[in-house]
Amino acid sequence: MSVLQVNNIKKSFGKTEVLKGISFSLEKGEVLSIIGSSGSGKTTLLRCLNFLEFAENGTIAIGDKVIYDGAVKKNLSDSEIRKNRLHFGLVFQSFNLFPQYNVLENITLAPNLLKMDTPENNEIHAKQLIERVGLTEKTESYPCQLSGGQQQRVAIARALALKPDILCFDEPTSALDPELTGEVLKVIKGLKSKDSTMIVVTHEMEFAKNVSDKVIFMADGVIEEMGTPQEIFENPKSEKTRSFLSKSLEEI
Amino acid sequence: MSFQQVTLDLAVGFLENCRLFFETLLFSIPLGLIISFCSMSKFKPLSYLMKIFVWCIRGTPLMLQLFVVLYVPGLVFNMPMRNRMLAALIAFVINYACYFSEIFRGGIESIPKGQYEAGQVLGLTKSQIFSKIVLLQVIKRIIPPMSNEIITLVKDTSLARVIAVGEILLAAERFAGKGIIWPLFYTGAYFLIFCGVLTLLFGYIEKKMSYFN
Ligand SMILES: Nc1ncnc2c1ncn2[C@@H]1O[C@H](COP(=O)(O)OP(=O)(O)OP(=O)(O)O)[C@@H](O)[C@H]1O
Ligand SMILES: [Mg+2]
Repeated sequence: MSVLQVNNIKKSFGKTEVLKGISFSLEKGEVLSIIGSSGSGKTTLLRCLNFLEFAENGTIAIGDKVIYDGAVKKNLSDSEIRKNRLHFGLVFQSFNLFPQYNVLENITLAPNLLKMDTPENNEIHAKQLIERVGLTEKTESYPCQLSGGQQQRVAIARALALKPDILCFDEPTSALDPELTGEVLKVIKGLKSKDSTMIVVTHEMEFAKNVSDKVIFMADGVIEEMGTPQEIFENPKSEKTRSFLSKSLEEI
Repeated sequence: MSFQQVTLDLAVGFLENCRLFFETLLFSIPLGLIISFCSMSKFKPLSYLMKIFVWCIRGTPLMLQLFVVLYVPGLVFNMPMRNRMLAALIAFVINYACYFSEIFRGGIESIPKGQYEAGQVLGLTKSQIFSKIVLLQVIKRIIPPMSNEIITLVKDTSLARVIAVGEILLAAERFAGKGIIWPLFYTGAYFLIFCGVLTLLFGYIEKKMSYFN
């Protein structure tokens, strides 16, 4: 049984159709990389999965349960939307840590407000996550005292604290200096396990090639090509994929 | 006329300034919040109405507004305003609420969208996002403009004199009427001390909040 099944998602802003019918599924423990040129709709797709945008069409199912159906979205109450959001986590390109809270508080804020567990247990769990992203000595630091790479690792721990079924990353290293991307990608790679399912929108082709189980190449709001990293990077079938890959190689 | 006597008489007058100051703050801050939320409302007629109201208040002199509040109820509704202090308070509250509302709106709108979205994807409710994430950041951002406005308010309270509220300048003018001018200049000391204390207080609060940005 797939953990995530996305079927025919469509999304427009005004007259421009940004997602023109996106369908894919993910098995538990899989890492999916989404690549594609700027403006192809990658961010919009992740935002639809996290219900920051609402697709006009299509369904999103977790396991065998359809949690979202574009045709009947009006019937969703605020609390249902919030419950749906908890199936997903999202790590933003620009971190979006809460500046007035230190590292530990950033991570425990939502678990405490949602009463996931007792405050003591939430804190113990948060400290384990901080250790996992390698920031134990920064537990009491405030975001403004951290480098971009460290901030992004905190953001990852913050998203993990809610134990999402699927963790999404939107270009997690694009806002970082090149020498800091490695530490963040290493943390994401380290999360890969049989029960953490991840979707990573990225421009880091090496990462997509080496870490993911599945790669989607998006162009103009559609999935132009989908397959294993070998299929996409070594044997691209579509002309668009080929020209995108050769262009991104040129950049290096 | 002894120095102590003048000091005492002016202090009694200044108490009225202080009362006007604190009562204005007490009512204009909540009213300013309401106005700012109305002017950010998605219901366009309400937000336009509020913007026009704010424009009228900020675009006319406070002194004129004092006269309006004092005389218009009597002239138009045949209900003369007998309590001059109350008239002054109403004019000050409305005037300052409009200035504060613009500061609040600026502060709230300056918080990046990403802060709200980070709260949303963590499953928080709108009110949790506002109270636990946005509010303190707004407060930090509005402290400098608020402290400016509040220090202006201290000095503006002396404008109540134009509708004969018995504040410090009126007290000093009574001496001037008897040919003693220096108490008029002496009033400056009261304002300086009060503003000095406020400046220290706001400096302290700003420092308290400098641990984040
Ligand atoms: N809120 C919005 N309102 C109007 N148009 C939008 C909005 N958000 C995105 N778009 C448009 O949708 C298209 C897809 O945007 P999106 O951000 O999903 O692309 P992307 O693949 O993430 O690009 P990038 O690699 O640059 O991040 C773009 O043309 C963009 O201008
Ligand atoms: Mg994007």
